[in-house]
Amino acid sequence: MGRSRVEVGVGLFVILGALALGYLSVKLGRVELLGRGGYTVSANFPSVGGLKSGSSVEIAGVEIGRVEKIRLVNDEAEVVLWINDSIKLPDDSIASIKTKGLIGEKYIRVSPGGSDKIIKPNGRIREVEAPVDIEELLSKYIFGKV
Amino acid sequence: MNAAPSWILDLVALVGRLALNMAAALGRFGLFLAQAVVFMLTPPFKGRQLLSRIHFIGFNSLVIIVLTGAFTGMVLGLQVFITLSRFGSEAFLGPAVALSLIRELGPVLAALMVTGRAGSALTAEIGIMRITEQIDALTVMALNPYRYLVVPSIVAGLITFPLMTAIFDTVGIFGGYLVGVKLLGLSRGTYFGEMTTFVDLGDIATGVWKSLSFGVLVTWVCAYKGFYVGHGAEGVARATTQAVVLSSVLILVWDYFLGSVLQ
Repeated sequence: MGRSRVEVGVGLFVILGALALGYLSVKLGRVELLGRGGYTVSANFPSVGGLKSGSSVEIAGVEIGRVEKIRLVNDEAEVVLWINDSIKLPDDSIASIKTKGLIGEKYIRVSPGGSDKIIKPNGRIREVEAPVDIEELLSKYIFGKV
Repeated sequence: MNAAPSWILDLVALVGRLALNMAAALGRFGLFLAQAVVFMLTPPFKGRQLLSRIHFIGFNSLVIIVLTGAFTGMVLGLQVFITLSRFGSEAFLGPAVALSLIRELGPVLAALMVTGRAGSALTAEIGIMRITEQIDALTVMALNPYRYLVVPSIVAGLITFPLMTAIFDTVGIFGGYLVGVKLLGLSRGTYFGEMTTFVDLGDIATGVWKSLSFGVLVTWVCAYKGFYVGHGAEGVARATTQAVVLSSVLILVWDYFLGSVLQ
């Protein structure tokens, strides 16, 4: 009896620990367990200041994907976006880099266009809008060259 | 030789002796782990012993881990909320609680609590086996004391510490939720939503690496101190104190180094 109590205790402990670890990494670390249903598209920005891989991609404030990676191609930033399978983007959609709140983190906002054609997996969003540089804007305002 | 007064030579010899003793102790400490690793990687493995060590270090520490985790999270929730509300940024309570728990407090506090509860007992147990010649008896019976006592403890440390840290973190996050959301009136969505945005897998990996290394550190120090215990009851008492003090200090020092390497 003593032996089996040890086994039950260890089992309980391991299960609890694994559940806690799983909770942390799935809920907070965003590990996707059941293969991620989705496709990637890319977009070239003149500047991505502050955007990180893992930043969210949103339409109308609803998260539809994440930034997968950012790399430099021909002096431009190529951002690869992972988009949820259920979302189809018209090929005249506009991707813009926005800030959450005044000093919050950067995310990509996609404004879907009205075209009938949709962007295929591994395609490209051609219309982009660079982030607003608040510092530059302020200095322009102060020195009167708006 | 006669040129130098003899007390100078005595002093030099004293320094030399201290240095040699220290080097010998450090070497023995390192060899102890090296030997344990060799036996850890070669069969036969003592499964039954490992199971009872996991039960002793892990399962029996559950209550204290849950208790300290809950109160750590609640205190964090309270204090961080008060600080953040001065800047009007209470919304960042979730990430602040989660990041400080996952990166620092979870691994360190869980390791310190387990050192106090299980590490001291481990040193005392192995120390008493040593002074009552049970370890010699094991050797006489051709049972390797490393395999039988040391390896199961270290492996159990490796298995239990990350799991206990995860439990500590999770309970702490819900403790912070209790205070921040239920008591101080932050919205539930803000607490968890911002947390999900700011915590990423790298933070969790940092916590896991820390707790893995603490698992080895604590069981290594405590088993070593018990294995090379002094004489009699007094020796066991001294070894136990040393084991707890040394483990705790090493946990904090190592935490700083690891924290600056894993950013």
